[in-house]
Amino acid sequence: MMEVFGTSISLEPIWLTLQVAAVTTVILLLLGTPLAWWLARTRTRWRMVIEAIVALPLVLPPTVLGFYLLIALNPNGVVTQFLRGFGFEGQLTFSFTGLVIGSVLYSMPFAVQPLMHAFESLSERLLDAAATLRAGTLDRFFSVVVPLSRRGFLTAATLSFAHTVGEFGVVLMVGGNIPGRTRMVSIDIFDHVESLAYTEAHVLSAMMLTFSLVVLTLVYGLNRRFGVKVG
Amino acid sequence: MLRGKLSLRAGNFLLDSGPFEIDTAGVTVLFGRSGSGKSLLLRAMAGLDPHTRGHLHFDAECWQEGRWRLPTSRRDIGFVFQDAALFPHLDVRGNLDYARRRAPDATAASVGAIAEEVGIAHKLDQDVGSLSGGERQRVAIARALVSRPRLLFMDEPLSALDWRAKGELLGLIETLAATTGVPILYITHAPIEVERLADRVVFMADGRIERVETLREALARPDSPLFDEEGPVSVLEGELGAPADNGLLPFVTPGARLWLVGGGGRRPGAARLRILARDVALALDAPGRVSILNQLAVTVERVEPASGGRVTVACRLGDGQVLLAQVTGWSARTLALAPGMAAFALIKSVALME
Repeated sequence: MMEVFGTSISLEPIWLTLQVAAVTTVILLLLGTPLAWWLARTRTRWRMVIEAIVALPLVLPPTVLGFYLLIALNPNGVVTQFLRGFGFEGQLTFSFTGLVIGSVLYSMPFAVQPLMHAFESLSERLLDAAATLRAGTLDRFFSVVVPLSRRGFLTAATLSFAHTVGEFGVVLMVGGNIPGRTRMVSIDIFDHVESLAYTEAHVLSAMMLTFSLVVLTLVYGLNRRFGVKVG
Repeated sequence: MLRGKLSLRAGNFLLDSGPFEIDTAGVTVLFGRSGSGKSLLLRAMAGLDPHTRGHLHFDAECWQEGRWRLPTSRRDIGFVFQDAALFPHLDVRGNLDYARRRAPDATAASVGAIAEEVGIAHKLDQDVGSLSGGERQRVAIARALVSRPRLLFMDEPLSALDWRAKGELLGLIETLAATTGVPILYITHAPIEVERLADRVVFMADGRIERVETLREALARPDSPLFDEEGPVSVLEGELGAPADNGLLPFVTPGARLWLVGGGGRRPGAARLRILARDVALALDAPGRVSILNQLAVTVERVEPASGGRVTVACRLGDGQVLLAQVTGWSARTLALAPGMAAFALIKSVALME
């Protein structure tokens, strides 16, 4: 518990939210980078389809995504059964793992799109030049692509983190509202409002508002300064 | 020696080189109009395009066999691109170090020596964005040399430069080819660059290699594509001397001496002269008092009809080099020019290639 303006606020949801957001961001950078690279370079017709799938969370109601995830991840579902085959014992829904899986899917476009734009604006010539200077594929990626796309990575990381912090529908559907286990800040606020504890809701909401404003100002500031496009 | 046969489709364009065997020592120029497939062939040879098919050997080493290709990074080549392709996130030194760190036994000292030779030693700490076009190409050339290539590819490195930078860089490339001994494969569509640099010429048209010739052979045939722009041209090789008392520069070949005007501070040594056939007149008797400085005794070797009622006369100098003259058909008939005749070539203007 923490005292803010004389109101005691439970820290658990805040701590949980930060953990989910951090893990989600790391996973998204690891998965999103190769995906964005492929999307930026491929000439196949499938590109449109994959791009559309990645962008789905931008238009789909979070509850829809959450509902399908709930069906797919339930203890008797294919995914859980498949994992059981590898000795997995926990359950995916109403757990930290479920929160992360939902968040990764839900925040995917916020990681993939800035990376894709960064990779697309990269001149192919520079990679060719690196190859003629004896740089192999991975070497080229880390010595040319990463430094020239660092703002894309920064934007992707910031937006994924912030977007995960701010989600509600998906985490409610997949994670539920178990105090200390799956109750994230957004759900906590909803809870407080439901029980007419407006003071707590006010404090938490103000914290979220400030956080979001700071993050977005940072991202747009970086973009203005360095002229990087964000999706 | 590059041996093989490569094909590559890019959009609607098909490169299908046909079998080739190119001796790579010295400077080999790939010459052809824009759209003849020169750049694509160079990329295919460098292994930069994954869609390349066919086969390619460099000396005894296999670089391509069907779909398999040795990655560019393992071919030990250097490549100078048309637009330099410097890494924008590194300064000049950083660009050179990128090459040094990946090159076997390249040292910081060798980087310094190369920067000095290429003329960018004072630019090492500059941002690459602050360089002029000519400086950018110099850095690109230095970077390629630092990586100690066994073969250096250059894809129209001068095309984006103004005439002054072009001239300076041509001189630099000529010097480097001689001092470093790295074989160079050079693309251009400018005959003057071919005549200045080439030891041999690979002619390309419509995505095919048409023929591979020495520069001398390429200049000896009247229908040479090198003559498309300005008509037939001769290139004389010789030694440039120090300025004489008369203020002129002597250019000496084993069989002749020419006098050049100007030559602006060019150091004595081996040089090439470029003489347009239309600037050469022929006389059967030793001319008396004329203003033309350069009069050479020659033997008529061939008389060939050219376009517009003119004829091209191939003349041999004392040392065996060929000088082309272009005269009207009427003059040729009046003088009854025929192979074996002794004549005097009067050269109206001479350009030292620099």
